[in-house]
Amino acid sequence: MKIFLVSIKLTLILIIICAGLFPLTVALVGKLAPGRGKGEIITVKGKVVGYANVGQKFTADKYFWSRPSAVDYNAAGSAGSNKGPTNPRYLETVEDRIDSFLVHNPGIKRGEVPAELVTASGSGLDPDISPASAYVQVKRVAAVRGLSEAKLKSLVDAHVEKPLLGILGPSKVNVLKLNVALEELR
Amino acid sequence: MNTELFGVIITFFLSVLLAFPLGKYIAKVFKGERTITDFMNPLERLIFRFSGVDPAEGMNWKQFLKAMLSINMLWFVYAFFALIFQNKLPLNPDGNPGQTPDLAFNTAISFLVNCNLQHYSGETGLTYFTQLFVVTFLQFVSAATGIAALVAVFNGLKDKNTDNLGNFWAILVRSITRILLPLSLVMGIILAFNGTPSGFDGKDTITTLQGDTVQVSRGPAAGMIAIKQLGTNGGGWFGANSAHPLENPNYFTNIIETIAIILTPMALVFALGFYINRKKLAYVIFGVMTFLCVLFIGLNVYFETKGNPAIDKMGIAQHIGSMEGKEIRFGSAATALWSVVTTSSSNGSVNGMHDSLTPLSGGILLLDMMINALYGGVGVGLLNYYIFIIIAVFISGLMVGRTPEFMGHKVEAREVKIATLVWLLTAFLVKAGTAMAAYMAAHHPDLAWSVNPSAWLNNPSYHGFSEMLYEFTSANANNGSGFEGLSDNNIFWNVTTGFVLILARYIPIIGPVAIAGLLANKKFIPESPGTLRTDSITFGAMTLAIIVVVNALSFFPALALGPLAEYFSIK
Repeated sequence: MKIFLVSIKLTLILIIICAGLFPLTVALVGKLAPGRGKGEIITVKGKVVGYANVGQKFTADKYFWSRPSAVDYNAAGSAGSNKGPTNPRYLETVEDRIDSFLVHNPGIKRGEVPAELVTASGSGLDPDISPASAYVQVKRVAAVRGLSEAKLKSLVDAHVEKPLLGILGPSKVNVLKLNVALEELR
Repeated sequence: MNTELFGVIITFFLSVLLAFPLGKYIAKVFKGERTITDFMNPLERLIFRFSGVDPAEGMNWKQFLKAMLSINMLWFVYAFFALIFQNKLPLNPDGNPGQTPDLAFNTAISFLVNCNLQHYSGETGLTYFTQLFVVTFLQFVSAATGIAALVAVFNGLKDKNTDNLGNFWAILVRSITRILLPLSLVMGIILAFNGTPSGFDGKDTITTLQGDTVQVSRGPAAGMIAIKQLGTNGGGWFGANSAHPLENPNYFTNIIETIAIILTPMALVFALGFYINRKKLAYVIFGVMTFLCVLFIGLNVYFETKGNPAIDKMGIAQHIGSMEGKEIRFGSAATALWSVVTTSSSNGSVNGMHDSLTPLSGGILLLDMMINALYGGVGVGLLNYYIFIIIAVFISGLMVGRTPEFMGHKVEAREVKIATLVWLLTAFLVKAGTAMAAYMAAHHPDLAWSVNPSAWLNNPSYHGFSEMLYEFTSANANNGSGFEGLSDNNIFWNVTTGFVLILARYIPIIGPVAIAGLLANKKFIPESPGTLRTDSITFGAMTLAIIVVVNALSFFPALALGPLAEYFSIK
């Protein structure tokens, strides 16, 4: 019986510490962080256009596209496709995405289509694309917007984020930031 | 690609580098020596006084287990009801519903046993109340329970002859106040400053640049994510776990979170050496674990960076590896590293979807969880390894024709029986469970459960079999990762894996603690030239061989039907 009494009391006090005080402390300190613990947002002319870290759907030809998403970039949820590497229907989907990419990007050869741009991310909210995926879209975006390819290429150059400390991990391009800058080019 | 590989090497190297001093520190904490966290003393005294615990009171192995199981049972009841009635409790800004009884059963157990299988998605399946007061709470105490069980075994090994395995309550509390809480605080704050939400605001609704209206889930996630990584829990705040850009915002946090997965499990191996003053034994154990783990990492990094052969056949540019289910900011190499350490350590968090890994990588993860002792879960990983040691001691003893001994105590029929039963249970639960699921899917596809068996699998053929095998392997290893394509939120999966979780948690804890208690009670035999030295490299190799042989015998057929068959089908 003593064991149960100890168990109950110990549980109570550990709940207060681990589930009460601990997250509250992190929340309080988090108020000092960028975004004040609510997530970092990006604004254009005072209007919120999104969260810096949360990917968005870009399917119009005038924007740089993001990767395919299993949740259609609605961050109310998050998920990958969970398709296995040999699933025939999955491979058909990828084929369709390649075809559609080639239709929208005349002048791009099949061998230039980056695989990561036609495969879905793990979260369905990937905010980034690889530099190759950005460069391969320059031609299309330039044509649609009537801008020079050189100008767009240098815009992408400026948005390539180098690996951590220059040596750790991949390079990437934040699609939302790139498209916001693209809108400001006009 | 080189910076990706370099990132993997640095991350692993840093883990070992940090685990060593942490191990030394953990040993000091439980020896009662002075440490830098002695400012926690007043808090601990307060906890002990409030709950009526005398931390100096010793317990024998039966008392120790009784205390552990009693409080665990209480936690289960508490968690189960909190989850069912979460919609009526406060802190539910998104208005999420209560869990169904079978889901609550599964969720309560899976967090209680440090598994975190998660048959729900965090954004819709829990409220902020249950995320904190059930999930975060259990993530602390279930990790502490594992550490307590391990320290009991340490105490059995330390003394030549003893009844006293330590005070369960005191070890439980100190695991939290001295190890888990300080580390989690530091890490939670690092995450918050890198973009992980920490405030209590509910879902936000925004209009995107392109003009779509979407919602963004948030919440006090940073602290919870810290403990889920550090306590080998693995159950994430968001559905996509650490693949979610708010749960793991950049490559730096990814390094921190990867290290956090294996930091404590590695440190506990070093702690063994410092605690019982047999450093060489700890290094040999660490060596065997690291050998296999690094081998697995190498293979997975190779397969994932090489890419999916089926995508190659399409003639497109697959330069940065197989990226289905992976995030650009981590890349294929760091995701491969994470996938191995998370299955080695029974953590089970993911930063990419395991279901979409190339076939052999998926197979290696399965094998890793079947072994479940390469660092392993906090505390319990080393306990699983202890079982392999007992079996290795026994077989070596037979080979040289001597009575097997471990650390000066005779290993006799009773101990070996316990060890063998613990091991056989693993093989039985994984294979019987998978067989049952496969039978349902094949012969009763139309059963009117909330998800018909015919709709369980997200992928056909061999990969579909792997999805079922993975779920039971993960449950049995108390890992919690999944081939998440499997539709597992229905009564079959919730209930069957729930029972696998209970058995696979408590029996592998009870077994080793009992063996340690029994051995420590026996007469101490001083070492002689004829003693089999368990801290030699030879014995390390012997244990490695036992691990390989035992697992190959148990699981090769199952692996052949799933990942291996899939691999050869695309060759």
